[in-house]
Amino acid sequence: MHTRECGHICGESSPAIGEAGKTGEWRTETPCIDSSKCIPFRRNRASCFLCWLYCPEGVIKKSIPVEIDLEYCKGCGICAQICPAQAIAMK
Amino acid sequence: MATQNNRESIKLLDGNHAAAEAAKLCRVQVIAAYPITPQTPLTESLSEFIESGELNAEYIAVESEHSALAVCASASMVGARVFTATSAHGLAYMHEMLHWTAGARLPVVMACVNRALGAPWNILNDQQDSLSQRDTGWIQLYARNNQEIVDSIIQAYKIAERILIPTMVCFDGYLLSHTEMPVELPSQEDVDSFLPSYRPHTVLDPANPKNYNLVTLADPRMNANGVFCHGYMELRYLLQESLQNATSVITEVGQEFAELFGRDYARLIWEDNLEDADIAIIAMGSLAMEARVAAGLLRREGYKAGVLGLRVFRPFPKNAVVKALKKNRLAVVFDKSISYGNEGIVCSEIKSALYGHDVNTIVLNYIVGLGGRDVKAREIVDAVKKSVHYLRSGIPISEQPEWICYI
Repeated sequence: MHTRECGHICGESSPAIGEAGKTGEWRTETPCIDSSKCIPFRRNRASCFLCWLYCPEGVIKKSIPVEIDLEYCKGCGICAQICPAQAIAMK
Repeated sequence: MATQNNRESIKLLDGNHAAAEAAKLCRVQVIAAYPITPQTPLTESLSEFIESGELNAEYIAVESEHSALAVCASASMVGARVFTATSAHGLAYMHEMLHWTAGARLPVVMACVNRALGAPWNILNDQQDSLSQRDTGWIQLYARNNQEIVDSIIQAYKIAERILIPTMVCFDGYLLSHTEMPVELPSQEDVDSFLPSYRPHTVLDPANPKNYNLVTLADPRMNANGVFCHGYMELRYLLQESLQNATSVITEVGQEFAELFGRDYARLIWEDNLEDADIAIIAMGSLAMEARVAAGLLRREGYKAGVLGLRVFRPFPKNAVVKALKKNRLAVVFDKSISYGNEGIVCSEIKSALYGHDVNTIVLNYIVGLGGRDVKAREIVDAVKKSVHYLRSGIPISEQPEWICYI
């Protein structure tokens, strides 16, 4: 495979999901959610979502149960650190 | 053959004003430059043109040379033809942005008024400043006189914008920058017909947002549309590839210039009386003019001497140098710069060009004119004679350069 066909003359990209490749491949540790500890899941209503707020990659969904897009999660572990219920473990 | 047009006006100009007139004729749209001796009158002249309405451009005042080139790079990216000028410490301070401008492939044109670098402080001429920026990816052209300053700047825009490589036009501080000479200034009409308007390779459009030159990692990547895109290394390959091809573009543009203005620049090196010469004197910038005087004196004394003046330093004109030196027994390189711990920078380049071409020319190196030390034709003559003496008497050639100084 050759890159010349992309036609770029300098570094060029467009803002889009996956523009930088599947960045989940960078991950060494994976965040695993224990829903039984997760506050929105336990209360069954929109609440907390600190993991969603703090995720620097925007790969956490504000859903019940909370979902993490592992294709793009780089495994930084901020969600695990910030979770007040210790519901996320890096494995 | 070239047609000499008669619409040019002849003016008595020093190098700085010649450069400013050339930038004006190129209809530059954005200028950001920080004053530094000996370039200061150049920037003053440009701001006067803008103030008086003679030049419709934006002069952006900045706090440093680093910012000056950052402003120029940004303006070039959004589609403006830009100009800047600096010297010595100013150029050194621009170093990071020199790499950036070349990597982003922005056709910025800069005048570098050659001056020595500290320590100790010195404001006078040598070529250490621009030659220390050899590896930043810029094209470097050197002018021998004020006419060549004007002509080189006009050509520089055409070269830079055709192949998207920033271009530095270098000329010796004081020797040219502050010395008045008659200069033929082309008419605006002719420059307009020579130089098409600048079309940037990047188009910034909010409807089609793009990121330019963000972090680009070692390996190529598949983007969101499944296109296999360059990694860092492929982009740098393209810069080298364009510089390799630049020699033909520079001669093409020189030919186009010759056809319109009658002065022939379809060459990468200046050759004076080299055809039958045993000895080639090699120099760059105004020293290449002084070398012609020296060669004349040597001829009168029976030495078959000629001059190879380097017009283009990057891309280095390897083939032209090999072709020119094939017949010479001796090449004496006069350097106004040195790669400390090795030898004169031009000398290294000459030696490297000759490698593998079965050229048996002996190359000797003299370091001259650092920090404004005057280089007289007579001193060049003496150094050439000394070199011939070494050769004739079988004295082993030193691997180290000789310095023409009082130590």
